[in-house]
Amino acid sequence: MGIGTSVLLKMNAEKVLRTMGIEATVEACDVATARRSAESANIVLTTPELVESLKGLSAEIISIEHFFDLHEITTKLSKALL
Amino acid sequence: MSLASAFAEGSIAVAVLAADRDEAIRASGELLVASGRTTIEYTEQMLAAVEEFGPYIVIAPQIALAHARPSEAVLETGLSLAVLAEGVTFGSPNDPVRLVFGLAAKDHDGHISVLSALAERLSDQDFVNSLLNASTSAQIGALLSVGSAE
Repeated sequence: MGIGTSVLLKMNAEKVLRTMGIEATVEACDVATARRSAESANIVLTTPELVESLKGLSAEIISIEHFFDLHEITTKLSKALL
Repeated sequence: MSLASAFAEGSIAVAVLAADRDEAIRASGELLVASGRTTIEYTEQMLAAVEEFGPYIVIAPQIALAHARPSEAVLETGLSLAVLAEGVTFGSPNDPVRLVFGLAAKDHDGHISVLSALAERLSDQDFVNSLLNASTSAQIGALLSVGSAE
């Protein structure tokens, strides 16, 4: 389970998804958990530093540099979803 | 918990001197210790997380959120903030870092409302600039209480 950075990213991802009108379940988790259990996820949002450690998951991996930049999150999620 | 109450007495410092990433993280850890939120072991756990996974804690330009998992080393949920005198390179696209927040969470959900309030404030670049330009910890304390009257 995530407690810090992943929680922040989850909040803003949910905000963006709501604006986009997309219903989704977003979970915050640490890298170890993501590696174990994100098999069922469509998309994994992470930071550039952690992309490498998440390689191999079947989910599409999107890296977000600026967690408070809703524009960046929107653009990247749109590309993956629409 | 409100944002203002997450920052206990002694949890904020400005013009902090840090030569590198570890010193910067250590500064936010020491403020958590000084304000009674954690034991010194927690600082080591924060450093170990970055050692293992890299500078993923740098979440936005100039801003890092140092933290580790909830553990015995956390006495109470809370936040700290070290404003660095000069930018420090963490090895992130968001370098250089000048605001190092320390987060201590006693469990997995007690701090969510605080983080949410913090995220709300930090998405405002003017607010971030005022934190960067504050010259005393009291000024920062005042900035953080504004708009979080829960």
